[in-house]
Amino acid sequence: MSASNRLHDIHPGPTRTTRWVIVGVIGALFLIPIVAMIEFTLRKGLGGGYDFSRWAAVFGGQLTGEYKPIFTGLGNSLILAVATVAVMLVLLVPTMVLVRIRFPQLQRVLEFVCLLPITIPAIVIVVGLAPVYSVIARMFGSGVWTLAFAYGVIVLPYAYRSIQTNLAAVDVVTLSEAARSLGAGWPTILLRIVVPNIRRGLLAASFISVAVVLGEYTIAALLNRVNLQTSLVIVSKADPFVSIIFALLALVFAFVLLLAIGRIGRSPRQKASS
Amino acid sequence: MTTLTTAGTVTGPSAPAAVVASTPTGAQVELRGIVKEFPGGHRALDAIDLTIRPGEFLALLGPSGCGKTTALRVLAGLEAATSGTVLIGDADVSTTPARSRDIGMVFQSYSLFPHMTALANVEFGLRMRRVGADERRRRAGDALEMVGLGGFGGRYAHELSGGQQQRVALARALVTEPRLLLLDEPLSALDARVRVQLREEIRRIQLDFGITTVFVTHDQEEALAVADRVAVMRAGRIEQIASPEELYSRAATPFVAEFVGSSNRIRGVVRDGFAELCDARLPLVDPSFEEGDAIVFVRPEDLRFGDTGIPVDVVSTSFLGSYRRTTVALEDGTVVRVQHAAATVPEVDQRLFLQFAGAPVAVSAWES
Repeated sequence: MSASNRLHDIHPGPTRTTRWVIVGVIGALFLIPIVAMIEFTLRKGLGGGYDFSRWAAVFGGQLTGEYKPIFTGLGNSLILAVATVAVMLVLLVPTMVLVRIRFPQLQRVLEFVCLLPITIPAIVIVVGLAPVYSVIARMFGSGVWTLAFAYGVIVLPYAYRSIQTNLAAVDVVTLSEAARSLGAGWPTILLRIVVPNIRRGLLAASFISVAVVLGEYTIAALLNRVNLQTSLVIVSKADPFVSIIFALLALVFAFVLLLAIGRIGRSPRQKASS
Repeated sequence: MTTLTTAGTVTGPSAPAAVVASTPTGAQVELRGIVKEFPGGHRALDAIDLTIRPGEFLALLGPSGCGKTTALRVLAGLEAATSGTVLIGDADVSTTPARSRDIGMVFQSYSLFPHMTALANVEFGLRMRRVGADERRRRAGDALEMVGLGGFGGRYAHELSGGQQQRVALARALVTEPRLLLLDEPLSALDARVRVQLREEIRRIQLDFGITTVFVTHDQEEALAVADRVAVMRAGRIEQIASPEELYSRAATPFVAEFVGSSNRIRGVVRDGFAELCDARLPLVDPSFEEGDAIVFVRPEDLRFGDTGIPVDVVSTSFLGSYRRTTVALEDGTVVRVQHAAATVPEVDQRLFLQFAGAPVAVSAWES
């Protein structure tokens, strides 16, 4: 009897039935609310029955002025997503590379700082950010894009993890030293040597940041900015059906992004074998 | 000097390892009083003074942690010295960044840029020097030809073996025609056969170019095989710099005698310029050595078995291919290794007689 068989006998894994029960329970947990949302959007009204009229209205461009906040919010959220990714890439990537190459003793500190926002409730962050934003408003105006500074903080834990995983798999120290010995300066090393080798981590960090920004409500609401989530809340008071349709669309978009992360995160060998 | 623009035609037979470049055109390199202290107070280099002649192949040899790689990194500009001066040619480059020192470097770990093809890797240094695309491609192609990888330009690092990756790294280091080539244990990750093949190739190319080369290794065989001179390092200091032959036969310190090759420590007495041990009288390399009790270092190949001599008992014996190494015990319990013909097969506990066939490689004062 092989060692692995003996181990299996001592610590048997879950049976097929147990596995399916677990998958079923977790799947139901996710699917029931989503199915309920879809069912809700298809209702004809108090008379009963279902149709696609509201979906047709959304995709047929028949939404009138009362739904305008959704399009404003969607536009703002897309601007914020781009600005947040830019803030994250411009600040976090060079810092992580610098710490990895030149100041490895700061690795723990950086990790602690980057993971900290996940432990602080958004409402607490907003309380701290409110006075900061009064200064930001004086310096940069009160444009919605300024929220990207706050969002840059809340996406840190997710972005850090994605980039760090990729960075740890590449010997950036030796690669950067090789590039230096060949005549490259630090900007060249960052852009032409390090970034291409952590591309997957950067894409994953960017996508997950976009997903976080599209789903963010608390900070925007409490700082009186309009984004997709706050506009959905506003519209839901007049027409809950359309707001749910947009919530579902945002969910699908985030799901597609996560699928994309899964695809780009696979190794070439996995891709070749599939 | 052979230039890389014609390197594709450099296909001559491998040059003998110990031949000094006939037309040395590399730069002279000098380390003056180099001290390197790391945070925490660890002194990795302790006032190193070293002059490397133009076109010379110098090996920095020593055990792990002796400071050899740190010395190379200071030379490359990848580490700043705490104090001291680095000169390449006539220029003081102590504060010059690595990218401006005009060096080529091959690293211990595979350092090819994974997202670039072999050709793009070799082109990188030329690209940094703003060489035009056509010339860049031609010179990079020539450099790959030079290391025997002419048809591999389109491959990525993960499509090359370890030996091929180090060849590409060598081509990348040389394509810019640097003043100094630095090799940081480039063979240590390779298997034995490829190591020997590649070290001979490195030596051939170095002689063809006449480029000043510093080769860091902890493998004494590698250092002795390829270098014009070997600097043996220990605890941040250079113990001895000499030709491989001199290093082996005239070790300056007991550490060198034991680190380079294999040595037996036998207790004896120094008197009148000779070492007296076990009734034998052997001439000293340094006859001025202070008289008195001493430890004498004798190579295993300078001992042989005979019909008469010092009685010893065989402890063990090992077959090592072309020769055999037998461990014997003297009557006072001292264990001695003897290298002899493979055809002679002593048996354990057999009584044999030992004779001295050469001079001691070093002597140190006896410390009880």
